[in-house]
Amino acid sequence: MKQLAIISGKGGSGKTTLTAAFASLAKNAVIADCDVDAADMHLILKPEILEEEDYLGLEVASIDPELCTGCGTCREVCRFGAVSADITINQYSCEGCAVCTFACPENAVSMKPRISGQVFSSNTRFGPLAHAKLGIGEEASGKLVSAARERATKLAEQYNKELIIIDGPPGIGCPVIAAITGTDLVLVVSEPTVSGIHDLKRVIELAKHFNIPAVVCINKCDINEENSLLIEEFCAGVGVPVLGRLPYDDIVTRAMIREETLIEYAGDMEIAKAGDFAKIVRDIWVLLEEKLLELPDKQKYLNLSM
Amino acid sequence: MKIAIASGKGGTGKTTVAVNLALSVEGMQLFDCDVEEPNCNLFLGQELEKVEDVSCPVPVIDSDKCTLCGKCAAFCRYNALAALPTKIMVFPFLCHGCGGCGLVCPEGAVREEPRVLGVVEKGKTTAPLEFYRGLLNIGEAMATLVIRTLKGHIDESRPAIIDSPPGVACPVIASVGDADYCLLVTESTPFGFHDFKLALEVVKLMKIPFGVVINRDGLGDSRVEDFCKAEKIPILLKIPNDMRIARLYSRGVPFVEEMPEWKEKFAAMFKEINSGSESVVMNS
Repeated sequence: MKQLAIISGKGGSGKTTLTAAFASLAKNAVIADCDVDAADMHLILKPEILEEEDYLGLEVASIDPELCTGCGTCREVCRFGAVSADITINQYSCEGCAVCTFACPENAVSMKPRISGQVFSSNTRFGPLAHAKLGIGEEASGKLVSAARERATKLAEQYNKELIIIDGPPGIGCPVIAAITGTDLVLVVSEPTVSGIHDLKRVIELAKHFNIPAVVCINKCDINEENSLLIEEFCAGVGVPVLGRLPYDDIVTRAMIREETLIEYAGDMEIAKAGDFAKIVRDIWVLLEEKLLELPDKQKYLNLSM
Repeated sequence: MKIAIASGKGGTGKTTVAVNLALSVEGMQLFDCDVEEPNCNLFLGQELEKVEDVSCPVPVIDSDKCTLCGKCAAFCRYNALAALPTKIMVFPFLCHGCGGCGLVCPEGAVREEPRVLGVVEKGKTTAPLEFYRGLLNIGEAMATLVIRTLKGHIDESRPAIIDSPPGVACPVIASVGDADYCLLVTESTPFGFHDFKLALEVVKLMKIPFGVVINRDGLGDSRVEDFCKAEKIPILLKIPNDMRIARLYSRGVPFVEEMPEWKEKFAAMFKEINSGSESVVMNS
């Protein structure tokens, strides 16, 4: 089994739109929506939820007012500023370290479990989907990403799927690291803007940091041809193949409004332009499949070496 | 007056609004809290200088004092310490710097060393605005620490704009947490609307007054506007889905510089927010 992660650094570059289109095209894949902060894949794939599970994040401190004398020791030792002046816990600042429980002379502080989100295993018209929803303001979105990926792996084993396609979150921090570690290939969706280029460079560096091969596609390439060329130059310089260029087009939004993937929309509408657009996406997918085939199977290698 | 710019979805135009608003009002401070991908300065082009390193205190075990009792490893909630038969292993990348290991060690064998995971920088000039940003090192996970350190540099006596990261998780809370007002930037597409409602939950939860900026107005449908009307949420500004604005953005040019009539619109929006006439707080 192989794993492909779609990331971008910059948000709004077209990760979910492309991943949904790939879901249309992949013959034997599980989709994992790992943008747990702001998951949108379900808006297109309309999953039927088969299994739902609460996700327990880091525990949160809780003060027993009966035992608390208001001495403020917990406030002094907390390095996250999670104890307010009135000696109550701000659960959005609490990182669950439990230092306050140790320091409290009255044993008035204890750690309580907290539900940080939900993880789902679902079925869609394109096959199984693993997804998750992070509670508002919760910590540990990286751990929830890992939980969603675990579900995806289980689904892949259960349904004998050869590929997991991961829709990643924006950024380069904790949830992105959790979304790409151990994958076989990352596809970076870039756009030819100064922000897009800046974020592409950082995210390629991140993939290199974790020794994961990367490929790039340029979305909205005609917004700035000069910048598109700069992206291609940069990619050539660091040995990262550019698999394709997609023009700026509101077809993407129109397909989204119909709750269809680009491939479905192009098939339904029979608009020449939508067909052209879908063809580029198909071509990118063919190249991705070829690239994935070329790569050694990490999973197999791990099994052999054990 | 601290105004945070937020959105659930990435790429809706937070940085565009933050930079153009900051350039439209005199004496503004701008803080780029999207420390994973700070993009504001691509539009400002300021020469930056380091203000301070952001570091996390991580444990170092003194093997002469350590009796291998394992209390530190048992206490650590982040699995940053492991008690092996012959030594205590430290995994600095997992450490949140809570100091718990040092506190529980009966032998005083734990000392702390700073591990740098990011940096706070500022623009060398103060005109046309004062600019600070945080930058998380590549491969590091703890964005919130960089954000908290960065926000320590806000001069509370003057207006400040805070450009937040996307999402709804802890880095967003750290960015918008103590703001006086939050501008939610969205676009009227199914993804934009869905994530806008998530961002709305954040500001309601934090009880921050808020208003909406619709970006790429004309793209998609009217679902955001219909919703805001029904919920009595003020829409303070609409930025059209204009190729000219998109192209200026792609080149790193703040569009108020090329389209000065927009400077007035942003300045008027700031005035409106500052006077409190458009503030909405809804109880969750």
